[in-house]
Amino acid sequence: MWNPGDDMIEVTRTPAPGAGRSTYRAFAETLRGLKTTFGRMLEKPVTIEYPEQKTPVYPRFRGRHKLHRFEDIPENGTQAGLEKCVGCSLCAAACPADCIRVVAAENTPEHRVSPGERYAAVYEINMSRCIFCGYCEVACPFDAITMGHDYEMSDYTRSDLIFTKEMLLAEPLERTPLRREGE
Amino acid sequence: MSPLAIVGYYEEWWIQVIKAIVIFAVGLQLVPVVLLAERKLLGRMQARYGPNRVGPYGALQPLADIVKLLTKEQFRPSTAIGFLFALAPCISIVTAVAAFAIIPFGNVQNIFGTPVGLYGVDVSIGPLYLFAFGAVAFYGIMLGGWSSGSKYSFLGAMRGAAQLISYEVSQGLALLGVIFTAGTLSLTGIVEAQQGMWYIVPQFFGFLVFLVAGFAETNRAPFDLTEADAELVGGYNTEYGGGRFASYYFAEYLNVLVVSGIVTTVFLGGWLLPFGIHPPGWVDPFVVLFKMGLVTFLFIWVRATLPRLRYDQLMSFGWKILLPLATLNALVTAVLVVVTH
Repeated sequence: MWNPGDDMIEVTRTPAPGAGRSTYRAFAETLRGLKTTFGRMLEKPVTIEYPEQKTPVYPRFRGRHKLHRFEDIPENGTQAGLEKCVGCSLCAAACPADCIRVVAAENTPEHRVSPGERYAAVYEINMSRCIFCGYCEVACPFDAITMGHDYEMSDYTRSDLIFTKEMLLAEPLERTPLRREGE
Repeated sequence: MSPLAIVGYYEEWWIQVIKAIVIFAVGLQLVPVVLLAERKLLGRMQARYGPNRVGPYGALQPLADIVKLLTKEQFRPSTAIGFLFALAPCISIVTAVAAFAIIPFGNVQNIFGTPVGLYGVDVSIGPLYLFAFGAVAFYGIMLGGWSSGSKYSFLGAMRGAAQLISYEVSQGLALLGVIFTAGTLSLTGIVEAQQGMWYIVPQFFGFLVFLVAGFAETNRAPFDLTEADAELVGGYNTEYGGGRFASYYFAEYLNVLVVSGIVTTVFLGGWLLPFGIHPPGWVDPFVVLFKMGLVTFLFIWVRATLPRLRYDQLMSFGWKILLPLATLNALVTAVLVVVTH
């Protein structure tokens, strides 16, 4: 015969409660349950009606990527408007999903796109592969790519989900509500 | 030819036809209301809104559902038995509508000088008529489940059959107490007998047993084992879609209304109002509808509260608790009636 060894545990069953007690228990618990559901009915629903109302995201929420330009501030006067990305491909190397494609090109005095030697001629992120881990943001030595707050990126074709440099540099069409402090 | 049953009050044939149409139309209009009310109330009890997209506050949701269902393909599995598969939802809906006919919405009223009873028909065998159609209604479920040729449907149908046997006895016995006290089987007679006191007070246990058996009779939570979405996909109507599924759905909610109507009539005093208020006759149907609404709310409330019973729990509850309780109630009432008269 099979010996279960030390793993075997004894199960002791308590005697079933008497008819009177169990009837009372069944009634009382049923009434308590009815009271609970009735109470919930009087409260306001907790539903967030999504397309109209949106849950605010936290400041560190990792949504759609953004590429950045230098701001138009006086001390950076010479760099104002230039792209921060220098086409080093560190983000593509860091990407675990292998969804970033960077093709670098040389800057020339006539055609200067970034302050460094090179710039990203092609910068594409395939959003259907991206896992929004944020490693690209960490890897970037110039803070050129950051994770934004936009998460509504569904589309009808896969090719539409490949975001080009122009799309990533542009501001998102609709701003996602940001969670304020203490919210 | 002798009539099948003695009828309390006869009208002209054309009044009967008009009444049949009016009652069917009212019943038909009530079903979407109950459907929407259930979904809204269930939503609120679960801290959500329920349907609120179609029309103002989701009011057109039942209409959208019906349009969706009726425009769908009449699908039938290859293992199904054709004519029974089509016949079963018809049985369900016919019995539900037929049972609706005996609910009295008021006594005989003078409408334009013509005395008209505000009910489909006042048969002298009221509760028996109800049980007869309640029993036939299960054929709709059983045939539907069996003829689908699917094991989930079959299991649901077999559970339905067992449930019917367990609960119909208790339901009948629960009504016996009322019938003893009222001394009549006519539903209008039972209402008139409640002039002094509604039967919910002296027949409280009968009311409870009848209500619980009513939940089982209409296959609603916590006794919706024939459907049991979690384990049987959809139970007896798993293979149904389109208009046939709509028929089952319609029949289920009409049955809820029928049981609410019977509870109102038998235990809640029908069209009678408490504290000796006697409104004019045209108010009676609204009083009945209001009380039916309260009982229907109870149905929805219980559905939101209680989890589904396990199959053996259902059986032991039916036979070991409900049946003795109903029998005892009938016996005690019988003794009291004999002693006091």
